[in-house]
Amino acid sequence: MADTTLTRTGVLSTADGRPLKSALARAQSRAKWRAFLLVAPLLLFVLVTFVAPIGQMLFRSVHHDGFSRNMPHLSAWFAANPRGTEPGEAAFAALADDLKAARQNRTAGEIGTRINYDLSGTRSLFTATARSADKLAPPYREALLAENRQWGDPRLWEAMRGASGALTPNFYLSALDLQRSPDGGIERAPPENRVYLMLFERTFLLSGIIMVMTLVLGYPVAHLLAVLPLRTSNLLMILVLLPFWTSLLVRTTSWIVLLQSQGVVNNVLVASGVLTEETRLQMIYNQAGTIIAMTHILLPFMILPLYSVMRPIPPSYVRAARSLGASSWCAFRRIYFPQTIPGIAAGALLVFILAVGYYITPALVGGASGQLISNLIAFHMSKSNWSLAAAIAAILLAAVLVLYWLYDRLIGIDNMKLG
Amino acid sequence: MALPSYATPLEKLWYWTFRVICGLVFLFLMAPILIVIPLSFNAEPYFTFTEKMLALDPDGYSLRWYDVLLTFGMQAPEAPRDAAWWGDVWRNATWVNAAKNSVIIGVFSTLLATVLGTVAALGLSRPEMPYRRAIMAVLLSPMIVPIIITATGLFFFYSMTGLANSYIGVILAHATLGIPFVIITVTATLVGFDQSLTRAAASLGAPPTTTFFRITMPLILPGVISGALFAFVTSFDEVVVVLFVAAHDQQTIPRQMWNGIREQISPAILSVATILVVVSIALLTTVELLRRRSERLRGVTPR
Repeated sequence: MADTTLTRTGVLSTADGRPLKSALARAQSRAKWRAFLLVAPLLLFVLVTFVAPIGQMLFRSVHHDGFSRNMPHLSAWFAANPRGTEPGEAAFAALADDLKAARQNRTAGEIGTRINYDLSGTRSLFTATARSADKLAPPYREALLAENRQWGDPRLWEAMRGASGALTPNFYLSALDLQRSPDGGIERAPPENRVYLMLFERTFLLSGIIMVMTLVLGYPVAHLLAVLPLRTSNLLMILVLLPFWTSLLVRTTSWIVLLQSQGVVNNVLVASGVLTEETRLQMIYNQAGTIIAMTHILLPFMILPLYSVMRPIPPSYVRAARSLGASSWCAFRRIYFPQTIPGIAAGALLVFILAVGYYITPALVGGASGQLISNLIAFHMSKSNWSLAAAIAAILLAAVLVLYWLYDRLIGIDNMKLG
Repeated sequence: MALPSYATPLEKLWYWTFRVICGLVFLFLMAPILIVIPLSFNAEPYFTFTEKMLALDPDGYSLRWYDVLLTFGMQAPEAPRDAAWWGDVWRNATWVNAAKNSVIIGVFSTLLATVLGTVAALGLSRPEMPYRRAIMAVLLSPMIVPIIITATGLFFFYSMTGLANSYIGVILAHATLGIPFVIITVTATLVGFDQSLTRAAASLGAPPTTTFFRITMPLILPGVISGALFAFVTSFDEVVVVLFVAAHDQQTIPRQMWNGIREQISPAILSVATILVVVSIALLTTVELLRRRSERLRGVTPR
């Protein structure tokens, strides 16, 4: 800013006569823009390569036009007749027309897949009936029912009504073990079809266990690193950072090598007489494998935040407490521990967030009982159940974002440190 | 933390127990990484120590699994090892090709992430940056959002935009995943940056670009390089996005390992693992040295 002069009116202004206030506001907004322009390219990049794809995934989770696009007549009938209308000859005629078109365009599989989401076992109904659709003749109601009794099932008609619009919340219902009842209400899925809530529960439970394990193992180590002289602790810190830098797949492979039934740990235990050949422990390809390997992989994420909180705590506080007569346990519990709570919160939240979305390790060492919700998403993706995979992913994403928001509120993301 | 002379016997006992516990946790951290190194020299196709290995008999050790890394996928692995043989290795060996792909993808995604991330970190660490917290949250979210969700989203997005099965698609995705690490390390370096240096440069007549390249850049370079190394490791270790969006013939080292572990686990995996451990030790050393240099530049010395 150039030198300021006091004009006759008493308003401070710059040398070129503009009021100082507006000149300052302009300079500040220019500085703001300059800062923003530095960030803009990256922000744009992340919006395009990260936020947009996730937005598209969310769209997929409520959008599937496999039925509505290929069954225009029946969809129009559903739009014209409210829920509760008994499907009459007009509805069956529309159905027959659409099935004939589906036969010509070879889209029966796509249509059946969409209905199969809501009512399992119906894909073959569509493909089989479409194959013989040319032979259908009026009256269509009788003809179709003669082809397959299932065409009269109110559940099927409810499912088709649900699919007659491209936008549907039904994938979310499936992902939460819910389904549509014949009257359009929402009910729980039959017990044999309930898998998703159980997997969500297991994911959160295992993540909680892993979080506690990393805390129990990480707290003493972080404390030791914080009280040792900096030179020694920097050396020991390498032991924490090396796993952090080592490939995830390498660490997972190592755990397979260590824990499998003919692996190193079992061999050592057998050789030392703790176990016999028959009682070798099954420590991998089950939940134990997932927990052990993930605790190891996530441990540095617990130790580093704990360490950065513990390091600045002056040792004189505990000494003062001791000199005032506190036992060492009392001094730890009432003086030291409360000061480390921010570190515990940061580490625990970070570990939990990362554990909830873990995929690679459970897929490789989890067996059947150690699979998490991410593995289910991958499974549905591999089976081309894209919309269902997207709905499960959206629910997981919502959970992670809530935790992320909490982390930002409590700790602040800009306080995140890497080594 | 030396033990004071007035410590009670119970406290002495706890002092040593505590150290033993910490030692065991360090063992837990290091054992899985160190165990693969001797096992990768196994002469037998087993994943455990043979009796010969335990007796330190040289016959129990061999380099055969490292040899497999070169010969697997070759057209004529039995030919004499001359220049033509090495040419065959370079062109056809599965692991060598995977390494080439990994390096290409890693280098380009790192360049992209580092350039964009450093420029953005400069803006983010200015006090006048508007909506700083919200923008930071968006930019760091690729690190927090589960990788399977990112991969699922990218799968849909790339199949729509035609980026699927291409190097560009994988590079863009890996750059996105590496960006949070660059931002975190570079903003951490900029916290200790003395802004009066740039003002001094400006007052001496340097235009902003000169100030950046002659004053700012040399001072924040250690942070930038650490961030770049983090981004490279992220890309070099990433498998899920590659599985979802890359073509079948675009093998990378982690993808090859993933297939190896899922299908037929062979000790060759351990020799790859050993090489990767050595690489990560080298990277960690570099980052540590850079961190110390940066601390020295800023006048922070170890107690």
